[in-house]
Amino acid sequence: MAGSSTAAAPAGVGTLLPLVGKSDTKPTWCPGCGDYSVVAAVEMALKKLKIPSHEVVIVSGIGCSSNLPHFVNSYGFHGIHGRALPIAEGVRWANHGLTVIATGGDGDGFGIGCGHFVHAMRRNVDLTYVTMNNQIYGLTTGQASPTSMMGQKTKSTPTGVIENPIDPIALALASGATYVARGFSGDVKQMAELIQNGITHKGFAFVDTMSPCVTYNKINTFDWFRQRVYKLDAAGHDPTDIVAAWSRSLEWGDKIPTGLFYRTEKPTYEDLEEVLAAGPLARQPAGLSGRESILDEFL
Amino acid sequence: MVEVAVRVGGAAGDGIASVGEIVAKSFARLGLHVFGHNAYQSVIRGGHVWFQGRASTERVYSQGDGCDVVYALNPETAEIHGPSIKQGGFLVYDPEKFTIPDDRIPVGATAIKVPTLAIARKFTSQSILQNAAGLGAASYLAGLPLETIQGALADSFGKKKGEIVEWNIGASAEGYRVAREAAGREIPAIAPAGPPKLLMTGNQAIAVGAAAAGCKFLAQYPMTPASTIMHWLAAHSREVGVVVKQAEDELAAINMAIGASFGGVRSMTATSGGGFSLMVEALGMAGMSEIPLVVVESQRSGPSTGLPTKTEQGDLNLMLGAGQGEFPRAILAPSHPVEAYRATLRAFELAEEWQTPILLASDLHLSENFATVDRGEITFPTEVSSLFTVTPNGHDYLRYAYTANGVSPRSLPGQAGLQYVSGSDEHDEKGHLISDTKSGVPLWVAERTKMMNKRMHKLDGLRGATAPPYLEGPADAELTFVTWGSTLGAVRDAVKLLAARSHVTSILVSPTVYPFHGAEFLALAAGAKKLLLVEANYSGQFGRLIRAETGFDVPHKLMKFDGEPFYPMEILQKALGVLIDGGK
Repeated sequence: MAGSSTAAAPAGVGTLLPLVGKSDTKPTWCPGCGDYSVVAAVEMALKKLKIPSHEVVIVSGIGCSSNLPHFVNSYGFHGIHGRALPIAEGVRWANHGLTVIATGGDGDGFGIGCGHFVHAMRRNVDLTYVTMNNQIYGLTTGQASPTSMMGQKTKSTPTGVIENPIDPIALALASGATYVARGFSGDVKQMAELIQNGITHKGFAFVDTMSPCVTYNKINTFDWFRQRVYKLDAAGHDPTDIVAAWSRSLEWGDKIPTGLFYRTEKPTYEDLEEVLAAGPLARQPAGLSGRESILDEFL
Repeated sequence: MVEVAVRVGGAAGDGIASVGEIVAKSFARLGLHVFGHNAYQSVIRGGHVWFQGRASTERVYSQGDGCDVVYALNPETAEIHGPSIKQGGFLVYDPEKFTIPDDRIPVGATAIKVPTLAIARKFTSQSILQNAAGLGAASYLAGLPLETIQGALADSFGKKKGEIVEWNIGASAEGYRVAREAAGREIPAIAPAGPPKLLMTGNQAIAVGAAAAGCKFLAQYPMTPASTIMHWLAAHSREVGVVVKQAEDELAAINMAIGASFGGVRSMTATSGGGFSLMVEALGMAGMSEIPLVVVESQRSGPSTGLPTKTEQGDLNLMLGAGQGEFPRAILAPSHPVEAYRATLRAFELAEEWQTPILLASDLHLSENFATVDRGEITFPTEVSSLFTVTPNGHDYLRYAYTANGVSPRSLPGQAGLQYVSGSDEHDEKGHLISDTKSGVPLWVAERTKMMNKRMHKLDGLRGATAPPYLEGPADAELTFVTWGSTLGAVRDAVKLLAARSHVTSILVSPTVYPFHGAEFLALAAGAKKLLLVEANYSGQFGRLIRAETGFDVPHKLMKFDGEPFYPMEILQKALGVLIDGGK
């Protein structure tokens, strides 16, 4: 593409632009799927923050929940299985003027993509990662996931799961995430708030949403969660206390905490990457024209 | 004509590469053409490593055959490289370190005993200074003026000043003096042959090329022999405005690069075969989602971990077939740093113009060896255009619109009214999935076919936009070599050796490996008297590509897969055999 070398100001700045809303594609999730609440919460959060839809990029991997970007009128990137985070990081570093949200499921994020999960958090990249955790592989029709509970019978574990599940909250705390929260699809309002605060949080915000699969997971259902969830803020949890956050993260069984586990401020990767100090990379000058002295070192 | 080669060998950790680089740089500063060959192993200390600087007043394209001076830091080096010393050459060593019986001195060579350790002790207790003394000795024997070598030696310390530099200068002068006395004859100093030349590795040329092409983002995971691309860009990151990200693995590296490209910057990743194998799935996503991407694949000996520090051209099949399904790609195969620089510029243009991954095929031999480049051969593009150039057309915007050449206007996040979802699933012109509720429905079956055709049609465009094969040498040559990538260097040197024996040969060069320019290749091959395929792998992967694309089987073949680069002499021997044996 040929064109002017001057990077134009973002189109539409200062004018009223469409906010984030539904796209012209209707969700294809099963009726009753927990993910409907998550897309609604993402939409609500972005609307409340009045971020124009063209300044938002939602990146996902593969799986039922990873179809989410198609249902929102922002920019989207529906990538390959497990790679939502590195793609989202690349988008973020190319243009850190954008709001970047990564989404996906538990298989995508904690199974095939688990390595990226840990590393994105230790980098404190300023993006929001919303996982739709249904503790099962849905799109591949019901195999065990990394968060399936011990003993759960699935197509791939007909006699029951014999591995311990990953605890995404504890893993996030251990990996240095600076905003760690859990939502539940039975409470869209709380989830929207957690996502909204995650977006405004400077640094890596992780919101693990318990988003029940109504077709393949007959154990961790909406009702199962409703009987167990309680809100951390109402219970007097101090989200600046990492030790308290650790201790709450271990609760899983009769009682399951939701809300903000932990939040802290640390420099982001973008803060520390010196090249980005000159502004979004996509709008910086490119090339070496007039910089021929750079070849002197080869003499 | 001046032609001289200096070889320095020892154990890893001895500082061989830096001594060798100073020799190579000194030749380049005299305006000579240089090829610097860095042979090392997958160890940090110990083992056997060597570096050779070969210089000539004529162009040199490979490490050549044999050498004039060997500076041996240990007895193994004398043992291994002694036989390579040419008639009238020299073997430099320190008798305090080891002895070589007279009957083990190569025939025709003179042993030059230099007390490198003793010279070092005059200045410091640090024995590493012995290298400066050895360097001085070898330099005298190679005809390098003392001030040239001392200039390069001093510069190798960068901004560091003080006694360390002075000791090195002093020790080199002492070694130079001792060699002069011991040589038994005056070695004429090489006169400057022209303005100083740049001395670069293929990877340095690729790194500079990327920055010059407007690349703003490199994500990479360390892997020999691609790592030095990351090293150069990381060292110059702020200066050239390129974000360098060492990723957690190659999966992340390529996906980050794809994300950055989607986000609006030219981006690149680089790796070797093992890492490229991990990148394969994402490569297909770039093809499917029509995202510009440059991937450097610097091959090394496989399979699996193989010989990590040795060269091979064994990944061509992998590069051709990487990814499930079919998507357009191009594979450029430079053979020399200056070609690598230009191919990198071109790769970024092609990636952006055709919105698809472009592979730059290198290998250890090109990536890590040094060659001289005339300063004028590297020019920086004056205007690297902004990518924010799409004309908004609001609700009608079709990211994957069907067009005559298969390329659709690409918007970038941040541009209002042009939002779309980039999808790895099959999609329609708008980017909507046709993989779920639409797949298999007749209307959408037809859509899938159209979308495949649109993407694959870019291959025709890429064929037209890439350099066709060409003939180097006369059309009526007795024999025509067919080769690709870095092997071209040794073939070029072999052509010169053959010419010296009154054999006129030519080379059918293929700067673009894919899309293969079949018609042009066949036209050139048809005019050849005899054809000899030379490539560094077991099965003749390029030969197979030629067969697949043209039905033509190159009749004579020279394969090598021992990890070592081709030596001109072995190509010459094979060529003589083909010439004598007859048969087309």
